Amino acid sequence: MGTVNDTALNKSGRNESGVAPGKSGAPSDRAAATEPAVRLADVAVRFRTKRKDVTALSEVSLDVARGEFVAIVGPSGCGKSTLLKLVAGLLAPSAGEVALGGEPVRGPRRDIGFVFQRAALLDWRSARRNILLQAEMRGLPAAGARARADELIRMTGLDGFEDAYPHELSGGMQQRVALCRALLHEPPVLLMDEPFGALDALTREQMNVELHRIWRETDTTVLLVTHSIPEAVYLADRVVVMSPRPGTVTEVIEVALPREREYAATLASAGFRSATGRIRELLGAAGAHD
Amino acid sequence: MSQRVLSPTAPKEPAGVAERTRPGPRRRAVEAAEKSWRPLALLAVCFGAWWVIAAAGWVESYLLPTPGATLDVIVDKPGYLWDHGWVTTYETLLGFLIAVGVGILSAVLMVYSSTVEKTLYPILLFAQVVPKIAVAPLFVVWLGFGIGPKVLIAVLIAFFPVVISMVTGLKAVDPEMLQLSATMGARPWQTFLKIRFPASLPHLFSGLKVAVTLAVTGAVVGEFVGANEGLGYVILQANGNLDTPMLFAGLLVMSLIGVVLFVLVEIAEKLLLPWHASRRDTAATTTL
Repeated sequence: MGTVNDTALNKSGRNESGVAPGKSGAPSDRAAATEPAVRLADVAVRFRTKRKDVTALSEVSLDVARGEFVAIVGPSGCGKSTLLKLVAGLLAPSAGEVALGGEPVRGPRRDIGFVFQRAALLDWRSARRNILLQAEMRGLPAAGARARADELIRMTGLDGFEDAYPHELSGGMQQRVALCRALLHEPPVLLMDEPFGALDALTREQMNVELHRIWRETDTTVLLVTHSIPEAVYLADRVVVMSPRPGTVTEVIEVALPREREYAATLASAGFRSATGRIRELLGAAGAHD
Repeated sequence: MSQRVLSPTAPKEPAGVAERTRPGPRRRAVEAAEKSWRPLALLAVCFGAWWVIAAAGWVESYLLPTPGATLDVIVDKPGYLWDHGWVTTYETLLGFLIAVGVGILSAVLMVYSSTVEKTLYPILLFAQVVPKIAVAPLFVVWLGFGIGPKVLIAVLIAFFPVVISMVTGLKAVDPEMLQLSATMGARPWQTFLKIRFPASLPHLFSGLKVAVTLAVTGAVVGEFVGANEGLGYVILQANGNLDTPMLFAGLLVMSLIGVVLFVLVEIAEKLLLPWHASRRDTAATTTL
């Protein structure tokens, strides 16, 4: 298995085959073919504050297969966001092992796309140039990046808004720009931390439908943290339900829905209702809202 | 979805955007007039009162010259005021620019190295407590009668707001933006150039506006302590000769320099940060 330094990950940060980047060579390739896209093994995170130690996560184990869409739900403060930061390498676990594409995570990872709840756009850049920031930082060839950005702009319905500045865009539009930016380098894994939490219900539904379509079209592995049970069930293959602090995996629900999901029909289906019902039950037992 | 009614296939520039960020010249003039008539009216009342009091002879003319007498001095001796005004402007600008350069550099060092911050910041705060005007005579002793002490005092006075605003700006960066930058594999200098520095500019410019007006004060204080040119010298001379019209004229030119430099910084801000200025305009909180 590769113990490759993160900075040594493939320079372009993209890989057309859907295989996680790693040191070129047989062992790493074989590992990539068999290993899950994301693996968390007995992970714990403890924060030390002035007054006491806080255990944010304890004994979290989770495997996410390549191309799978996994949603994580749980009460506030159960460490859902912490979990994403572990996978991105923005945070180191206190115990346990985190691996991405078969490679242990040892620092910020480049082979991911990250979307936060707030769009986190640069005010002085137009929508297109915000998306292209990803390419500039990675040193991707400009022409290819521009073409890819235009493709994503079309895909997310941002046509006509490429040259608008963030303050001229609605919340939904800003979040689309953030999504395009996260997808520009075709990351094998997309991490989303309550990406639609700040949007109104209608925009949120639209974004759900679009995200699901984009996921079907790109074969990206998605790990989505959300507060919304319907959102989790509509989008995901599996829903991870977490307990309150210290956060741990209560149960993993398999969503028995077809890959193609028409929004209204899906919400009315028996599979959808049984999954949401079960999750609500689990969260209710844990004393959660929503 | 967007709240604005826009054609999604609009070509280069979305129609509604241009309208919002760049109002027509007529609407701009109306807005400017609406904003400025109150302060202008108050100024006119003050000038009128000055003129009435001075012209009616309620106050001796050597104490308070008429506005007319003051303007006469400016018209009669334009070269004299221009030359000395230029010296003060030169000292001010030099002091301001040095303060900006050193200030930005110290701020960057402090933000990127906690050792530098822990060493420098307390000293900066302490230095700010020392009244720089009181140190001015010492600078004359050290640096002589040239422009040295004037520039140095301008630098010292203007330095503080530049450092503080730049440190605030560099620290005010969205932490999620920095995490995002890490996932992009950005080098520290890339994060600085593309994210942190541009994000800090609005803060920096609010500091620059304070600094540039303080720099004028610094230069004039330097001239008060020991000089044979500059507006501070003009005012001291006029004071000694009881030449109040000249004293008033000197004050007027000095204020004009301050206002012009301030406006220049504002224009630079608008040109460099159109994204910030347009956002601020919609909030209707411009300084002008």
